[in-house]
Amino acid sequence: MLKVEDLRVYYRSLRGDVQALDGVSFSLADKEIMGLVGESGCGKSTLGKSLIRLDGRMRHVGGSAELDGETLPIADDARMNEFRFRKVSVIPQYAMSALNPTRRIGRMVRELVESRGIRFPTVRAELDRRLALVGLDQDVLERFPIELSGGMKQRMVMVISTLLNPSLLIADEVTSALDVSTQKAVATALAGFRDHDLVRSMIVITHDVSLVYQIADTIMVMYAGKLAEKAATDVIVSRPKHPYTQLLISALPEVGVRYDGKRLVGIPGSPPSLRPAPTGCRFRDRCPLAFDKCAEQPPFVEVEPGHSVACWKAS
Amino acid sequence: MLKLEGVSKTYKVGAFARQDLAAVRDVSFELRPGEVVSLIGESGSGKSTIGRMILRLTSTTSGTITFGGKDIATLRRGALRDYYREAQGVFQDPFSTYNPVFKADRVLTMIRQSYFPDVGDADWRTRVREALAAVSLNPDLVLDKYPHQLSGGQLQRLLIARALLLDIKLLVADEVISMLDASTRIDVLNLLADLKERGLAVLFITHDLSLGNYLADQTVILRRGSIVERGATAEVFGDPTHPYTRTLLSSVPRLGERWTDTELEHGPCRYHQLHPDGTDPAGPALAAVGDDHFVACFALGEDRKCGQP
Repeated sequence: MLKVEDLRVYYRSLRGDVQALDGVSFSLADKEIMGLVGESGCGKSTLGKSLIRLDGRMRHVGGSAELDGETLPIADDARMNEFRFRKVSVIPQYAMSALNPTRRIGRMVRELVESRGIRFPTVRAELDRRLALVGLDQDVLERFPIELSGGMKQRMVMVISTLLNPSLLIADEVTSALDVSTQKAVATALAGFRDHDLVRSMIVITHDVSLVYQIADTIMVMYAGKLAEKAATDVIVSRPKHPYTQLLISALPEVGVRYDGKRLVGIPGSPPSLRPAPTGCRFRDRCPLAFDKCAEQPPFVEVEPGHSVACWKAS
Repeated sequence: MLKLEGVSKTYKVGAFARQDLAAVRDVSFELRPGEVVSLIGESGSGKSTIGRMILRLTSTTSGTITFGGKDIATLRRGALRDYYREAQGVFQDPFSTYNPVFKADRVLTMIRQSYFPDVGDADWRTRVREALAAVSLNPDLVLDKYPHQLSGGQLQRLLIARALLLDIKLLVADEVISMLDASTRIDVLNLLADLKERGLAVLFITHDLSLGNYLADQTVILRRGSIVERGATAEVFGDPTHPYTRTLLSSVPRLGERWTDTELEHGPCRYHQLHPDGTDPAGPALAAVGDDHFVACFALGEDRKCGQP
């Protein structure tokens, strides 16, 4: 069970702070796979990173995150180390290059678990079982990363990241670099980890709504550093309440839709600069429903059980 | 207008280039004015190599590519420049196409230097404004700016505007919208649709089946360098025949339809049903299964022998 309260993370830059994550509150139930979607620069990766490791440019400005009743020491890099890999784990955006090219994969895994004070033989049997689960042969442990295909590397990183049964797994754009058929295998394997109780809950960060539709229980939409909407997957796709979600979903070309039959439209304009962020609703300038009240930031509130929206028109 | 006949490309790979890698094998298709052909394939299928061969950025190993009846491999100097007046390409990553040191509109100035040195300043400005209007860009927002000040969608549209300054008849669009956000990529797609209405032929290269389907009149599905299925888009998407096409279609994540695990029933090989003695290498590469719908042997590119009917 993850609970995030009013989390604020800014990026330092020469011309002031970029308010990349600004007052984000949500919770994630046990066994929940949450898809986190949004366009580039909306703060979705920043949110994922904040829960495991802030890099040098990121500054924790306020708010907290609580995992299974324990507060995550987000701002304290050294104390977070206790949680990383054991409690919170990540499959990074470029898992393809996350493997050390100079080590055979087996040796790399051994060094990794031993660095956490765990003897390798105690996890070896489990490792083999998990490789089988994602459809990898045990031989991969004898190979160098360069000998594996992109999809195999991606699945290998998945196995390593979840080896210690973390409570929370953050998967950041794990399938965007893969071909459609490999994408399906990797995404299905990801859901399989949850089904086999190997991870308790999962945040799947992606720009592709139709992909998380396949595996996620809930979808959370972000826009310009703020939460826009969170609801069950089917609700987001069929009855979205936030105008941004509505426009985003209607702009997706689907197999079978053609420009001469049903011409889709994009969202005019572009997201605002977050240095500093504008006041009021950040989608205001592009929103067809915007009115006077939008000069004030709408709160992210539950409008129906399990359906939260940050829009004055929705509540 | 553009015709590929039996085009193949072999790269030399490995130490001392001792091994051959067939990137494209015996590919034939045609592109007519005002037509969009989408070339769909996964990584390594040779789709970008085909685009590069059409633009003469890579040579062909065998086969011919003709444009307006002329073999483009024979074009030299002036004739090649004339070809580029009519055929241009736009590629995947708009950020790496620009030199970050110079302003983004330098790509337009360079067109003037190479192709229109005689055009006056006022005349050129009008042409630039027209080209920018055609791609729905506001000149005040994009001219005199550095690449980092513009968004990916703006940069990509600026590149299309650059191509439009030349009186192009063929645009090779290689994964032009894969890098763009969902809310802006549809605008670039609609722009291509408008250009097509104006008579431009577009070769739309993509790995994303839903994007290919939105625009294309003709669809070509590539796998490991060979065409496995091609034909009218409605035919290929409506009645996918080759097992590979069907696997691809069933793997595309769609909204409102979840993945199913049911095994696809391939049935007997349609190619060998129509050409029972089709093992003959001189036989046709593709069998016609409909008016405008062709399919290759189901075992094409695999190490197994086709199971026959």
